[in-house]
Amino acid sequence: MGVLLIRWVLAVTLLLTCALGFKSDELLLDDEEFGIEGGRSSSFHSDSLPPSTAATSTSWKRFSESASDSKIQFTLQHAFGDSDFSDAGNFSARLKTWGHGGQTLTKLRFKRDPLTDVEKKSFQELLRGDDFYRIRLPSNVLSPPGREYIISSVKARCLPGDGLEEHFVIHMEGVNVLAVNYGAPGSCSYPRLLKLPAKWSFKSHTVLKNSEQAPRTPIFAEDALGGEEGDGEGVKPIERSFWAKYWMYLIPLGLIVMNAVTQAMNMPEDQPGGQPGAPAQQQPGSAVQRGPSSGAVRRR
Amino acid sequence: MAMAIRVFLLLLFFLSSTNIGYSLYEDQVGLMDWHQQYIGKVKHALFHTQKTGRKRVLVSTEENVVASLDLRHGEIFWRHVLGTNDVVDGLDIALGKYVITLSSDGSILRAWNLPDGQMVWETSLQGSKTSKSILYIPKNPKSDKDDLILVFGKGSLHAVSSIDGEVLWRKDFAGESIEVSHIIQSTDKIYVAGFVGSSKFYVYGLNADSGELLKNDHTILPCDTFGELLSVSGDKFVVLDKMRSKILTINIKNGEISYKQTLISDLIKESSGQAVILPSRLPELFALRIDSLVLTIKVTNEDDLVLVDKINNAAAVSDALSISEGQHAFAFIQHEGSNIHLFVKDVNDWNGDLLKESIIIDHQRGNIEKIFINNYVRTDRSYGFRALMVMEDHSLLLVQQGEIVWSREDGLASVVDVTTSELPVEKEGVSVATVEQNLFEWLKGHVLKLKGTLMIASPEDVVAIQAMRLRSSEKSKMTRDHNGFRKLLIVLTRAGKVFALHTGDGRVVWSILLHTLRKTEVCEHPVGLNIYQWQVPHHHALDENPSILVVGRCGPSLAAPAALSFIDAYTGKELNSLRLAHTIAQVIPLPYTDSTEQRLHLIIDIDQHAYLYPRTPEAIDILQREFSNVYWYSVEDDNGIVRGHALKTNCIHKIVDEYCFDFRDLWSIVFPSESEKIIATVTRKSNEVVHTQAKVMTDYDVMYKYVSNNILFVANAAPKATGEIGTATPEEAWLVIYIIDTVTGRILHRMTHHGCQGPVHAVFSENWVVYHYFNLRAHRYEMSVIEVYDQSRADNKDVWKFVLGKHNLTSPISSYYRPEVTTKSQSYFFTHSVKAIEVTLTSKGITSKQLLIGTIGDQVLALDKRFLDPRRTLNPSQAEKEEGIIPLTDSLPIIPQSYITHSLKVEGLRGIVTVPAKLESTSLVFAYGVDLFFTQIAPSRTYDSLTEDFSYALLLLTIVALVAAIFVTWVLSERKDLQEKWK
Repeated sequence: MGVLLIRWVLAVTLLLTCALGFKSDELLLDDEEFGIEGGRSSSFHSDSLPPSTAATSTSWKRFSESASDSKIQFTLQHAFGDSDFSDAGNFSARLKTWGHGGQTLTKLRFKRDPLTDVEKKSFQELLRGDDFYRIRLPSNVLSPPGREYIISSVKARCLPGDGLEEHFVIHMEGVNVLAVNYGAPGSCSYPRLLKLPAKWSFKSHTVLKNSEQAPRTPIFAEDALGGEEGDGEGVKPIERSFWAKYWMYLIPLGLIVMNAVTQAMNMPEDQPGGQPGAPAQQQPGSAVQRGPSSGAVRRR
Repeated sequence: MAMAIRVFLLLLFFLSSTNIGYSLYEDQVGLMDWHQQYIGKVKHALFHTQKTGRKRVLVSTEENVVASLDLRHGEIFWRHVLGTNDVVDGLDIALGKYVITLSSDGSILRAWNLPDGQMVWETSLQGSKTSKSILYIPKNPKSDKDDLILVFGKGSLHAVSSIDGEVLWRKDFAGESIEVSHIIQSTDKIYVAGFVGSSKFYVYGLNADSGELLKNDHTILPCDTFGELLSVSGDKFVVLDKMRSKILTINIKNGEISYKQTLISDLIKESSGQAVILPSRLPELFALRIDSLVLTIKVTNEDDLVLVDKINNAAAVSDALSISEGQHAFAFIQHEGSNIHLFVKDVNDWNGDLLKESIIIDHQRGNIEKIFINNYVRTDRSYGFRALMVMEDHSLLLVQQGEIVWSREDGLASVVDVTTSELPVEKEGVSVATVEQNLFEWLKGHVLKLKGTLMIASPEDVVAIQAMRLRSSEKSKMTRDHNGFRKLLIVLTRAGKVFALHTGDGRVVWSILLHTLRKTEVCEHPVGLNIYQWQVPHHHALDENPSILVVGRCGPSLAAPAALSFIDAYTGKELNSLRLAHTIAQVIPLPYTDSTEQRLHLIIDIDQHAYLYPRTPEAIDILQREFSNVYWYSVEDDNGIVRGHALKTNCIHKIVDEYCFDFRDLWSIVFPSESEKIIATVTRKSNEVVHTQAKVMTDYDVMYKYVSNNILFVANAAPKATGEIGTATPEEAWLVIYIIDTVTGRILHRMTHHGCQGPVHAVFSENWVVYHYFNLRAHRYEMSVIEVYDQSRADNKDVWKFVLGKHNLTSPISSYYRPEVTTKSQSYFFTHSVKAIEVTLTSKGITSKQLLIGTIGDQVLALDKRFLDPRRTLNPSQAEKEEGIIPLTDSLPIIPQSYITHSLKVEGLRGIVTVPAKLESTSLVFAYGVDLFFTQIAPSRTYDSLTEDFSYALLLLTIVALVAAIFVTWVLSERKDLQEKWK
């Protein structure tokens, strides 16, 4: 265990020193699993890997470090516009073999080859023409290229930031690569403007993704009988307050009562208010009061 | 006060929750919906003349329908739609009261009661190998024992009792490697004749009572044979040799085989073309077609062949019909320009015609493919004949006395693709007379309606009201209406005929048999592929008629030559047609139109070229402008690869073609073939409108929908679990779901359902996808929903950001952004298996959505999308309830009232199409299969219009009454006032 750790640290430092000018973001996904892996490593043997795949492969190397996991490499190739693909870098990862025969990759690391002058020139061409920068990966990391290469591409103008920035999301299924989501780590606003990078080196981020489990369908045993029933809501008689039930009767009633009360309150006021000289109220009583006076006028 | 508001909200909630079930009253049936029943292209017809009851004809069709039709009107008495895999091979009548059908490659034998179509018995026949299937019912009026049904199927001969379907005996021929082609019965012996290879002719004699093999004999013919063996009479057969230059006559008298050869050139001198024996069964005769000539040749008792007649341009020859003892008649058809001539001749008396009629048939029906004849006794005691004709467009005609008595458009039973077209705008200037007429009608109608509303209508009035509603002249007008309910449904059928159906009443407005999709010598098996809207004129181009594009191909293979047809959507005239020099693998309607509103289409061929249509310089200009924004994808199902493409340059060809482009692959997704196989892919509809991108959650949080047109849903199943349900264990079955951006090839979401398998039916709308599959662990069907939300806009919640303009909502979206999406998903059990799934579309996308599910019972169920909300929880809070979140249940409810097909069945349902009406609340739904069904649905009720039966007259009357009352009370109060003043 300890030896393994030291070796691993050495490997990392070696990689870091090798990587000139760019940092390779390692994947921090399955860190714990790796630890566990080391712990029970003694029970596994490296030859649990299918030997045929090992024999046929040419571009990956396997270092039998521990009994259960091995290191593999696969190459990233790139193309500028419609040019042919050429090697651009190397992915290295640990291949874990599970007890049930499944294999997964962990600890993916990426090291990009520095761009040559020719490549820089073709990249500038791409930037001017707003063309595609294309990459490809083998669809099977054990026996590249597998069935077919996985291609992904991005408009070259999306990549230049400070230097050149790229972001890989590699979708895996066991040792098969399904797809690569390749692009700039952030935004790539439209319209894309021509912008040459300050530094001709890639800053790479890589993420490995495996399939998620779908959430299980909830099962309610007690609902099994009532499950088929009409609409699943609203049917249960919720305790409704008195207000909720009878508001439509109560509100008009309330209005009537209020009206009656105001009338009743006004009534006593009217008696004194009806006297001459008092300010005329707007109550219906006033009209009645005015009645005789105006009648008197007419009668005249 | 707060209490009152809460009470009010609660009330609203209860009101809204009662609206879930969309249903209609009995008297509303047929107001907005129509249903048409079809049977499909007739394969076989049997007339039966029962002494009692009306005369009928029994048919079996290519849509696997067995039906009994009324000979007078062509209506369906009864009909059974067998399953899609249950192909009817044979149809006959036994015991004079049972209809016997043989189906599923000769493995299922059924008896139906003749008058009402009830199934009497069903027998499944066992056998070890697949073979041709033959149904033979001996017609032996003399034998008094119960009728035997002889069935050859699955490599063995079965004798079945026609009374109860019991298998009496069975003789297996699987070991003999014989291709049985005929069963012959003599008094108590059964002979089975057939070929081994193509030149060894075998005859087996069997005991009719026990199936015991009595003898077998064979002979080796001097040459290989071509085509089918045709039985001329009980023991005589004719067959062509491989070179098609000789006719072999085989006689098996008493089990002894003898044969004779006759050169065709001996019969007819100037023959040049390839000869074919027509499969018409005529006594002592057979028909041979050479080019356009049909020869009728008599087989004499000495097996010599005698040429009886030559018929020019004969289209179809019927089987012989026995009209009296020893007298047989048969019919044939001769084409002459637009007229066709129907001849009925006596088999033995060749000189006279029993009947000669000429009929004019609409040339849009094409040629006559099959003819069946039937006789009847005329009023003058002579024999009359009627003929049932199957036309090239799959329609069915009954001809009697030189007239077409009835016709059925049975091509509509095999709809391939559907699109819609708007109707023309109403012209200005309506004559006064029609207005007056309408006014009177209008008044009368409203008086009737008023009576109905006030419950004082007499029964006759009720009938009149119902009839008026159904007639409702408004809905079948040939002009555009304000609400957008009236449209043309343009359907392409398998026969290559295009129909325009009016949405108001389902009548055929026009139909055209496309000559590019007609069978010719160069194009043996034309198939119509798709139908697209080619030109949809809007405001400035309204004087042009809209047109549609029909894409067809010769044969199912992708490499077959293809053709395009352009049809005027109002008149049904073919504007143009093109036979393409390239193949068609994919047709991509681009989101660009030219100045005449013709939509640009890219056609991808199998040699990695893209062709632009229409071929105009203007289209090239438009495409050049958007050249770098054209992306598309292709799915290789059997390979398990999805690829993305973009245009590159013009083609590098020998011939310069500026409308041809090369393209390149931008991305690819390679699914591991050992663990995944593509079984379903679904995209969003390009014409879908999304009203709002934001979704406000209960806690006043905002989620932004990830709405993209370039999004693809892929469902993959484990290779072992792609078969029928039950063939895989839950451990070896899984379903992997992908949501993919089709511009960059990014996988936005990926999820595995363990222990689940297909078939997957899915629908994608807005930011969600709903899919249906089978869960092997739970032994139930399930439906899942995935909603995709955009996280990159999620922080646009602060009001101040909006006020200060610091949000990123107006920035353009590029697919090259790294999407930050979150998904929510949930699964529910669903009782039914599903044939099709669709979602309602409305013009502005405001109305809530309903899923339209074509159930296994051939009905369409409308299920509110709220049931498939991933946010449903067991105990929703009060706030969530007010928002309309339904408490979580494990299964989706099936509410009987929410079947939009109410009591009807769309037999053989294959697809559902939804079209938005102009009225936001309403969506038009067209379901097709063997039957057609159309209706309007309003998922949230018609909140934006009054119902159709709203009584305006009553409203008017109320207003008038109120005004009158006001006046009366005013006068009264005035008077009272005055009186009071005089007091």
